[in-house]
Amino acid sequence: MQTQHQAVPVAIDWPAQIHRTLRDFDVKQVAYVPDAGHRKLIELCHADTTMRAVSLSTEEEGIALTSGAWLGGARGVLLMQSSGVGNCINMLSLARACNFPLLMIITMRGEWGEFNPWQVPMGQAVEPSLKLFETIVLRADSPEEVQPSVEAGAKLAFNGYNLVAVLLGQRLIGSKAFKSVDD
Amino acid sequence: MATKLLERRSVTSELLRDRGDLMVVAGLGAPAWDCTAAGDHPLTFPLWGAMGGACMIGLGIALAQLAKSVLIITGDGEMLMGLGSLGTVAVQRPANLSIVVLDNEHYGETGMQKTHTAHGVDIAKVALACGFKSASVVTTMAELAVARKAIYEGKSGPHLYVVKVGNEKVSIALPPRDGPHLKNRFRQALLGEKAFV
Repeated sequence: MQTQHQAVPVAIDWPAQIHRTLRDFDVKQVAYVPDAGHRKLIELCHADTTMRAVSLSTEEEGIALTSGAWLGGARGVLLMQSSGVGNCINMLSLARACNFPLLMIITMRGEWGEFNPWQVPMGQAVEPSLKLFETIVLRADSPEEVQPSVEAGAKLAFNGYNLVAVLLGQRLIGSKAFKSVDD
Repeated sequence: MATKLLERRSVTSELLRDRGDLMVVAGLGAPAWDCTAAGDHPLTFPLWGAMGGACMIGLGIALAQLAKSVLIITGDGEMLMGLGSLGTVAVQRPANLSIVVLDNEHYGETGMQKTHTAHGVDIAKVALACGFKSASVVTTMAELAVARKAIYEGKSGPHLYVVKVGNEKVSIALPPRDGPHLKNRFRQALLGEKAFV
C-alpha cells in the first residue's frame, strides 16, 4: 500500500520574495522609513551588497531620492507605512511632472482590526489620496498575493514610467497589539 | 573679512564655469534662475517645485554615480524645508556630493519674507552636527575658490557651503519647464543611448 503523504502547508516567506523580486528588477537604492511590517525586508536589503538601503528622516525624501537615482541611471524603491503617504503628497508632483518611475511598497495600518484610532484617518485616506495623484494602486491581503503584486508593480513602474503603490494589507501583516491593550 | 555680501550670479558663474561632467541639481526659485543665467546645461536638473527635495535628488544621483561629482545649488528657504535630509545625506557619506546654499536670508519668490537664517539659524552648523565632512560659511570669492576645488574633486565629501549673498535685483533667466525633457536630457547626457533602453 502506498504511503500517503499529507501535504504540509509551508508558510510563504513574502518579505524574502519581495527582496528577491527587487533584485530581479535590478533595484539599487532602497529608501525607507521603518515599519514593523517591513522589518525583515529592510534587514534583507541592508545585508545585500548589491543594494544601498537608505534610512530617511521623512518619507517624501524617498520620492526625491528615487527620482535622483533614475536621473543617475539606477532604480530605487520606497518602503513605508501608510501614515507616510500623507507626508509624500506634494513630492509626488515631482514624479508626476517628470514621469519618473516610482515604486512604493506600503504596509497598511488603520484598516483591519486597528486598535490605535490615530492610525485610522491616514490609513483610510491612503488609497483615495494616491489615486487623486494618478498613482496605480495594487493590493496584497494574503501571502500568496505579495510577490505577484510587487512584480506587477515593478513592471508598471520601471517599464511603464508610472507611479505605483503596492499596499500590503493589515490583514496580511496582522494588526499590532500591545500587551497592555490585550490584557 | 568681507565688507559686502557676494553677488549670487557671480557665485553661480564661478561655480559653473568649465564645469566638465559636473552634475547639478538647482533648487526651485532664484537658484534655478541663477544656474540658468550661468548657462543652461543638460546635466543641470532645475526644479520648478519639489521644495525641500533638492538634496535628496542629489543624493540619489550621487549614490548612482559614485565616480562623478554632484553639486546641489539651492536657497536657504528650500534647504530649511528639507533640513532632515542633511541627516539622511550625512549617514550615507557620499564623498562625491556637495551642497551650496545661496543664503540671502529671505524667501525671494514670495515677497522677501525673512527665513530662519535671518534670525540666526546656522545651516552650516546643522550640517556639521549631522556629520558632514565639512560645512562652512563662505563670504569671499577666495573662500569660494577653495570650495569649488573640493566640489569638483568629489572625493572628500559630503560638503556644505552656506554662501551669504545679497538681495540685488537680477534678470530672470528661466530654464525649460517640461519635466520629461529635463529628465531625458540629463539621462542622455549622462548615460548616452542607454538612457532609453
